[in-house]
Amino acid sequence: MRRSHRANLAAVAAIAAVAMAAAACGSSSSSSSSGGALTASAPGITPTQITIGSHQPLTGVAAPGYDEIAPASDAYFQYVNAHGGIYGRKIVYKYLNDQYDPTITSTVVHQLVLQDNVYSIFNGLGTPTHLAVVKYLNDSKVPDVFVASGCDCWNDPGTYPYTFGWQLDYVREGKILGNYVAAHYKGEKVGYFYQDDEFGMDGVKGLNYEIPRSQVVASEAYNPTVTNVEPQVTALKAAGAQVVVAFSVPAFTALLKLISLKLSYAPQLVVSDVGSDPVTLAGLLQSYAKQGGATVSGNALTQGIITDGYLPSLGATGNSWIKLFTKIHNQYIPKLPEDFNTLYGIAVGYAFVQALLKAGRNPTRQDLVNAINGGLSQGFAVAPYAFSATNHDGITGGFMATIRNGVVDPIGPVLVTDTSPTGSITSYTTAQPAAPASGIPSP
Amino acid sequence: MTLARHLGAALVAAAVLAALSFQLGSYRDYQMAEIAAYVVAIAGLTVLIGLSGQISVGNGAFMAIGGYAGALLLLHLNWPVELVFAASIMIAAAGGAIFGVVAARLRGPYLAGATLMLAVALPSVADQYSGVFGGDQGLSVSIATPGFLGATFPPTRWLAWLTCAAALITLVGLANLGRSRVGRNWRAIRDDEVAASLSGLNVARLHVLAFVVSAACAGLGGALLAIVTGIVAPGAYTLTLSIGLLTGAVLGGLGSLLGAVWGSMVLVLVPGYLTDVASSHGLSGAASSSIPIAAYGVVLITVMLVFPAGIQGGLRRLFGPAAPAAAVPLNALRRRRPASEHQEEHTT
Repeated sequence: MRRSHRANLAAVAAIAAVAMAAAACGSSSSSSSSGGALTASAPGITPTQITIGSHQPLTGVAAPGYDEIAPASDAYFQYVNAHGGIYGRKIVYKYLNDQYDPTITSTVVHQLVLQDNVYSIFNGLGTPTHLAVVKYLNDSKVPDVFVASGCDCWNDPGTYPYTFGWQLDYVREGKILGNYVAAHYKGEKVGYFYQDDEFGMDGVKGLNYEIPRSQVVASEAYNPTVTNVEPQVTALKAAGAQVVVAFSVPAFTALLKLISLKLSYAPQLVVSDVGSDPVTLAGLLQSYAKQGGATVSGNALTQGIITDGYLPSLGATGNSWIKLFTKIHNQYIPKLPEDFNTLYGIAVGYAFVQALLKAGRNPTRQDLVNAINGGLSQGFAVAPYAFSATNHDGITGGFMATIRNGVVDPIGPVLVTDTSPTGSITSYTTAQPAAPASGIPSP
Repeated sequence: MTLARHLGAALVAAAVLAALSFQLGSYRDYQMAEIAAYVVAIAGLTVLIGLSGQISVGNGAFMAIGGYAGALLLLHLNWPVELVFAASIMIAAAGGAIFGVVAARLRGPYLAGATLMLAVALPSVADQYSGVFGGDQGLSVSIATPGFLGATFPPTRWLAWLTCAAALITLVGLANLGRSRVGRNWRAIRDDEVAASLSGLNVARLHVLAFVVSAACAGLGGALLAIVTGIVAPGAYTLTLSIGLLTGAVLGGLGSLLGAVWGSMVLVLVPGYLTDVASSHGLSGAASSSIPIAAYGVVLITVMLVFPAGIQGGLRRLFGPAAPAAAVPLNALRRRRPASEHQEEHTT
């Protein structure tokens, strides 16, 4: 024992040294002068490639549905690469699996920045996960572009000058949904059903800006790790809520619907677009009902749900943006469903290509940030972006819709607003510009 | 004498690690820091299991206690980092003492069950009191690189230095503890509780002490991991982490401190390496994200088949002198079983 212990400790050093050296490798980049030629103008940029990275939940609880987003963005990048790339450079998109665990997010983002030397982090998914790395990315001056979360926290250019949101933030969305409820269900009893985190609380904040407090009879939070929501639904029913506004992820929207059915409770559902994708919902409803030994029609159960949308409706098959989406989907990711997740992935990829083209031929990291601060045209989004040097929110509005026959069907004009308690909600009447025929934005 | 030898070895290791931190890139420094944090936690667990013969599937919970304690102290009181580490150790040790006393009458699978409950239940405390613990998204933690190193000193190298220093101090401490009277007493109760208590040892007190030591190490490991990853969040301290620690201890070789180093390296390096292999072979979508997990399972099975006594045990068998029986605690655990059955007969 005595001998082996000494050997143990003396060998710690040697073993650590050998194994780590074996695993070691490095990469570097150099800067060079500008001009007509393509240069390695920033980390992650070579004369032939732009490498970007992301953290995504590819396995684990958050994976169903969300794991389609990064492959869809990648499909758009492949489309761009096949049509000339970014000034001739090809986009290489490396997205790593963080399993929606903030600690793994931290590890994989360190890997992307320090080892893979990415130019930018793009569309990192999730509020709790991305909060783990937002400070690190800004300290390291790495562009942190179009976070895949509607948390209002990404809009903080003073503290986080390199971070940008993209999708309609939950406060604006809450205001738009709340405005609709206040106008169309005057005097009726309203209940909230929301996820007990930044997502749900931001949404409720926006709802409360619009719906009179006297109308709200119940406010029920759920914890995303506890799948029994019968107590919450029972409370909503007991309070007599005639309208239930839900800031929930799809799985919990489905549970809300099924448990309401079980309790013979049929309020009008108004659901955040996060939890209302009809394709995802129908699948979840059918599989949960099957587990319970029942057979239901998913589309029948989603019929009549009120929601909102900030990208063109998938049902609008004549829309030039949906045509572009379908074309890229069918060519590059035919095996993935044509749902909101793949549409989202392609739409956010389009916005990133816009920013890259605008950043110039040989961009530095700062050039990308400056390009977005200078504003982007709205692309796939139905409402303009808020982007400026002092505002890092993305899409500023959306349309109200109902779900009919498994499709989100717009029921009103596009509404835009801000995140303040008193900011008005106005119709945005300018028509959305059509998609470019090439499918690639002009700089 | 023993202390001097351990200190000497640690100093050599420190010099080598410092040299390495200059040679390797920033990301390797980051991984070194992660490994060091796991080494601290796994070393504590391997002492608990290998020396005192108790099983814990809940050390991730003690890491959570240490991590949150450290994060809160850094965030609100801005304590210097050494004090934060000391406080994390004390707080986690106190948690370990309370749990150890409560669980002192439990043995084998029943003890494992109780620790399992701790691992499952504790993270949800953060959700319940989200005002203090930041709920699901947790608290962010950051430490500044000291000014005397210069403005251009890579932050990850400083993290690597800090965590490796903590790991080496922990290893020296545990090695000495293992060689002290306490360590010998632990082995005595591990091998035969009845004989040990007939020899005048206080079995319950020794069990609790082992729990306290292992919880203290987990607490320090948790605080280290928090400053390395920059976050404490309930999602990081799920049952998966606790099982991961146990896996690291078993893979490395139960009861061996050097095995803890091996186990930590496997935990940190293998998943990333497998992901790189999977993605460089052009696998896409569901396949490439699932392959690392499947391959990790294969690695575990292979190591257990080829090296039933863990990596350290296997290396010792291949390269070292004939394996001393006492250094293979799996045998010891097996030997213990009749003793506990015997005891159960008496208690029922």
